[in-house]
Amino acid sequence: MLAKRIIPCLDVRDGKVVKGVKFKGIKEVGEPVALAEEYNRQGADEIVFYDITASHEGRGVILDVVRETARKVFVPLSVGGGIGSVEDFREVLRAGADKVSVNSQAVKNPAVIREAADVFGSQCVVLGIDAKRFGNGKSGFAVTLNGGRTDAGLDLVEWARKAEKLGAGEICLNSIDADGTRGGFDIEMLDAVCAAVNIPVIASGGCGKLEHFGEVFEKTKVSAALAASLFHYGELTVGDVKKSLRDRNIPVRD
Amino acid sequence: MIVIIDYGAGNMFSVRNALEFIGVGCKFSDNPDELRKADKLILPGVGAFPDAMKMLDGRGLTEVIKEQARVKPLMGICLGMQMLFDKSFEFGETDGLGLIKGTVELMNPADLVVPHMGWNALEKETPCALSESFRDGEYVYFVHSYAAVCSTANVAAYSDYGGKIPALVFGGERESVFGCQFHPEKSGGVGLSMLKAFAELPVVA
Repeated sequence: MLAKRIIPCLDVRDGKVVKGVKFKGIKEVGEPVALAEEYNRQGADEIVFYDITASHEGRGVILDVVRETARKVFVPLSVGGGIGSVEDFREVLRAGADKVSVNSQAVKNPAVIREAADVFGSQCVVLGIDAKRFGNGKSGFAVTLNGGRTDAGLDLVEWARKAEKLGAGEICLNSIDADGTRGGFDIEMLDAVCAAVNIPVIASGGCGKLEHFGEVFEKTKVSAALAASLFHYGELTVGDVKKSLRDRNIPVRD
Repeated sequence: MIVIIDYGAGNMFSVRNALEFIGVGCKFSDNPDELRKADKLILPGVGAFPDAMKMLDGRGLTEVIKEQARVKPLMGICLGMQMLFDKSFEFGETDGLGLIKGTVELMNPADLVVPHMGWNALEKETPCALSESFRDGEYVYFVHSYAAVCSTANVAAYSDYGGKIPALVFGGERESVFGCQFHPEKSGGVGLSMLKAFAELPVVA
């Protein structure tokens, strides 16, 4: 049986991890490669680098980070942030990433999903979606841009279905309503998307404590859960999460 | 020296990274003479079966791989594993290398998503020269939609995904042809240990 995946996400700007990091025994605080190695030791099933670099020069830096990590960490690596073209996909995959996530630029140009899936295969195309509750969305949830500030004019469930048809291999669904609240993953929103598509869904946003991981796997059909600050601040290790899931009879990789 | 057969497969760089990490000498080559000189061969692979076979044929590698698989250990990874079999039904019917008896067919697990993507546990079946390198129940990373259909005698380990999916297979006259449906180069310590065991196999002269 497939194991449920636990995925730490590193927000990287100009080659440094942005959110504060408090790990014992790691001197290079903020070094993405060292952190990726630490998460790998803890048992992360996949590692996501989210590039929030605004400048074009910073682009090369994240590629270096991926290249170096790929020489030391042997689990799937995923990269997102600023991806908009097949050429962007190619660059990141060549650096050693296994998956690439595309978010707002796919809203503007959905064809990029199909183009990338045709060239590189669906398995490496992850659609990132930031969504929130919105009165005029058919499913009650709307896709947003700019970290939730702008309504993209798309219904969440319709967008997820369309992306699957276009060839997305996975959806990483971040709930803007839950994000930052630490009150738990957005079960209702995740459920709506899991029921609508037949590709793996990754839960993102809202996780604040150990129990939230068990809750999201017990109450929804998500394949994976992603968290950033919980892990960065050293409040929990990936190992803690897996132990707690194992205790709840949820299959995880040792 | 291990030669990673270079026919344009996407995962060949990850395979090299993994071998370098465990201190195993390797290089890429599509030169038949280099394949003949190598101690061992790795056939990587990501993508569609017909295209990959065409690329091997186009580089004149099909026959030399068949010939060399008789005299030295060969490991196929993911699509490279599927290419070891007689034929595949991905996009029509295409002949494979025919080094292990069997076919490659679309998975159809009841109520489960295809592709089979993620970490799944290995369940040992028939012992092979790599069986000591992993334990029953250890997880490895899969990404595939087609799977091998072959005799249990050729299956060193299965994974359960709506049925028994051949995960590690082996065959050939000297039982020195191996195929991993999963990606050992992306399967953490378990994958590295399997690659190491392959690298340490005696060179068959």
